[in-house]
Amino acid sequence: MAITRTDVEKVSLLARLQLSDAELDRLTTELAQIVEYVDHLSEVPTEGVEPMAHAVEVHNVFVADEVEASLPREKALANAPRHNDRAFLVPPVLG
Amino acid sequence: MPSLSPLIENSATEQLKQLEQGDITAAELTQAYLDAITARDSKVGAYLREEGERALGQAASVDERRSKGESLGKLAGLPVAVKDVLCDKSTLTTCASKMLENFRPPYDSTVVERLKAADAVLIGRTNMDEFAMGGSTENSAFQITRNPWDLERSPGGSSGGAAACVAAGMAPLSIGTDTGGSIRQPAGLCGVVGLKPTYGRVSRYGLVAFASSLDQVGPLSRTTQDAALLLETIAGHDPRDSTSLDQPVPEYSKTISEPLKGLRIGLVKEHFAEGLDREVESAVREAFRIYESLGATVKEVSLPHSKHAVATYYVIAPCEASSNLARYDGVHYGHRTDEVAMLAELAAERKSLEAAKDEIGLTRLDSTLVRMYRRSRSEGFGPEVKRRIMLGTYALSAGYYDAYYLKALKVRRLIRQDFDNAFGEVDLIAGPVTAQTAFKLGEMVEDPLSMYLVDLYTVSANLAGIPGISVPCGFDKAGLPIGLQLLAPPLEEERLLRGAHMFEQATNWHQRRPEM
Repeated sequence: MAITRTDVEKVSLLARLQLSDAELDRLTTELAQIVEYVDHLSEVPTEGVEPMAHAVEVHNVFVADEVEASLPREKALANAPRHNDRAFLVPPVLG
Repeated sequence: MPSLSPLIENSATEQLKQLEQGDITAAELTQAYLDAITARDSKVGAYLREEGERALGQAASVDERRSKGESLGKLAGLPVAVKDVLCDKSTLTTCASKMLENFRPPYDSTVVERLKAADAVLIGRTNMDEFAMGGSTENSAFQITRNPWDLERSPGGSSGGAAACVAAGMAPLSIGTDTGGSIRQPAGLCGVVGLKPTYGRVSRYGLVAFASSLDQVGPLSRTTQDAALLLETIAGHDPRDSTSLDQPVPEYSKTISEPLKGLRIGLVKEHFAEGLDREVESAVREAFRIYESLGATVKEVSLPHSKHAVATYYVIAPCEASSNLARYDGVHYGHRTDEVAMLAELAAERKSLEAAKDEIGLTRLDSTLVRMYRRSRSEGFGPEVKRRIMLGTYALSAGYYDAYYLKALKVRRLIRQDFDNAFGEVDLIAGPVTAQTAFKLGEMVEDPLSMYLVDLYTVSANLAGIPGISVPCGFDKAGLPIGLQLLAPPLEEERLLRGAHMFEQATNWHQRRPEM
């Protein structure tokens, strides 16, 4: 499946990346090469094969349903680029 | 420049003995490594940050407690370097990314916590490919790391700093992470020992995630004995990591010297195909002869799906990366774009579209919040990280999920089944770590696909979740190290270490040091 520049632009929005024209051009070429390489997987017969999402068989792991101390607010906010000591600050959400 | 202490030539196990016998102090040992860092790291660039003051404080504390006869941890007084991807609340954790340039974690990763509990001296944070994505340590946002054996060449990656600091005598032990070979490959290219444990053997709690189903933390060291010591310190069940295995951890360092009687070693026929450098092949075949001289039998085995491993990996890992790295949005932590400039840019775009009466363009225009995410992420991430996020987002997007991600998960099952079949016939699998010795810096920067193919022999173990180790097995004519990779069934690190130690005892490749 050939990748076009339009595909790359669309994916950049989904990935929440803003790419320059030069980046879009370069990534169109590079992703096309990589996708062409991984396309050979389509030739591997996998009918009836169970997908393996994890290297070990994982099951739900439950912890006791007990209230524990959470991260104090000042520590949670300590690395925030902008905050007002109570909450994370972001630009206007509507607009 | 003062001459360096001979202490740095000893293995960690020997140093531990000297510390316990009172022949040296932790402060002397730490200072010896700090001197080595001062003398050598301007050339190598293995460390992002040397933590000298803290390290000397930890060493002094160990010495004081030892002098009082207090009980001490397993690594008491031994310097350990940590890849800058494991959270340590006492220092920054940058993942070699501008995105996390000022990030100070509010908690310790389990591995760091266990190192501290073992009274290790945390000497510094090592350089890496950004978010552990890469095979050369050229993708760091801050510096490149050079191979101590030839400063014009790459140390490999993404744990290039972790391997180079051990090879150059700037730490006796270091911690790396391996998602597709990122411990074994740099260990092989730098002539040190590197071990990727079974998936789940070491907790990933506090490890900044790249590809969660593949990432694993492990030791780098000069000898297999040292790797055993470090592994038994950091391994074991952790209730804070739901993928952590609840299995007992053997005392690897106690059993490592016991040879494996009747050892059956598998030679993978697909590993000796086109593309393998002749000198690398010759060194690896010589390793098989050495094993036979030690009483092992060598048997050819087949991993028929191994030729699909790189493609499988480069679907699964970017898919997981695109999901894991979605958390870097410039809100809770990490880099945020200049909001004033961003809002001005957006207003100008809107004005221009309105003037042109471009209704479609206006409907597609980002909201302020989305534009902030996009600009913050684009400024914070480097090219390789963006490439993988884009690849993963593409493969997971509507219409492509089944063709790429689901297909790759099925092939992953077949790769694992190949290993299960092979381990029905042999105890360990041996082969090359990389097809070539260390490549020149810059050689593959513009060719990501070629760089990805460097992982040819290592990615299968991550996909299958099995443990693997790289040990030095020779040098090429240019004097560059060659690594031998050994693989074992899940949770058989003890067998892996004993098998690697047998080889190490019969050779002296691991004793060679680069001229610095």
